[in-house]
Amino acid sequence: MLDNISIIGAASVIISGLTIAIGSIAPAIGEGMALAKALGAIAQQPDEANTITRTLFVGLAMVESTAIYCFVIAIILIFANPFWNFVVQQAGG
Amino acid sequence: MNISPDSIIFWENGFFKLNATIVFTWVVMAVIFLISWLATRNIKVDTPISRWQNILETIVQAMRGQIEDIFQQNPDIYLPFLGTIFLFISISNLLDFIPGYSAPTGSLSTTTALAVCVFFAVPVFGIIKRGVGSYLKNYIEPSPMMLPFNIIGEFSRTLALAVRLFGNIMSGSMIVAILLSIAPLFVPVIMQAMGIMIGQIQAYIFAVLAAVYIASATRVHETEEKK
Repeated sequence: MLDNISIIGAASVIISGLTIAIGSIAPAIGEGMALAKALGAIAQQPDEANTITRTLFVGLAMVESTAIYCFVIAIILIFANPFWNFVVQQAGG
Repeated sequence: MNISPDSIIFWENGFFKLNATIVFTWVVMAVIFLISWLATRNIKVDTPISRWQNILETIVQAMRGQIEDIFQQNPDIYLPFLGTIFLFISISNLLDFIPGYSAPTGSLSTTTALAVCVFFAVPVFGIIKRGVGSYLKNYIEPSPMMLPFNIIGEFSRTLALAVRLFGNIMSGSMIVAILLSIAPLFVPVIMQAMGIMIGQIQAYIFAVLAAVYIASATRVHETEEKK
């Protein structure tokens, strides 16, 4: 018989793993495509390398933010889980 | 394991808590202040300038050039704000290799404060450059239908700015902490070096994104210029 603590602990760990695993697929592909295009553009127009690099960094930061959100949620689930704290408090009090 | 320096408390007296974020923010401020004070004590125009003046001039000149590239106009009124943000984030990430120090940018409170500064700087610079009416008209372009989306975008990009910096810096220190418990001999050093590089890139990205947001608010559209 599983009690609340085991269910919440297991669910948090599994879901945080899934969050970062699934959530990093799309940003990784997107960043790879953006980088490939930027390298192609720099190869074609080396004079514009400064502008292209700056735009690339800004764009990568934008794309990356979705992965960062997933990471933050995974970290919250593991280290600062509100449901876990609630259940532990209920059990303790 | 601490996920943010907020939870390390040095001194507590009733309501007032002195946590690591505040203390290390002061440390960074002191470092910036001392370096600039020492370097600008005896600045001069003629050629044998001191090494400190040289490096400071190089940094300021580089920032000025970058801002000018983004804005395509005189960067002087933007330089103090964007340059300060860049230097603060850059120094606070750079000092991360010192033992016992934890970067204040690894706390969501610091990054939120910086993002809120950018949030308020956008309308301030927009109104200075374009006037109230022209700036507010920005929100109902290309059509009044876009008003709610423009307002949501204003808030969501502030959130993204804060969480991006926090997530990157916090993940850097967390990876080092996890590696210390798995392979403590040599591997954390490499990751720490990479963390410093990521910190510099994030400082650059934060400043450039702030510049891009301000530039999009201050830029007068070509149709308006023709009138």
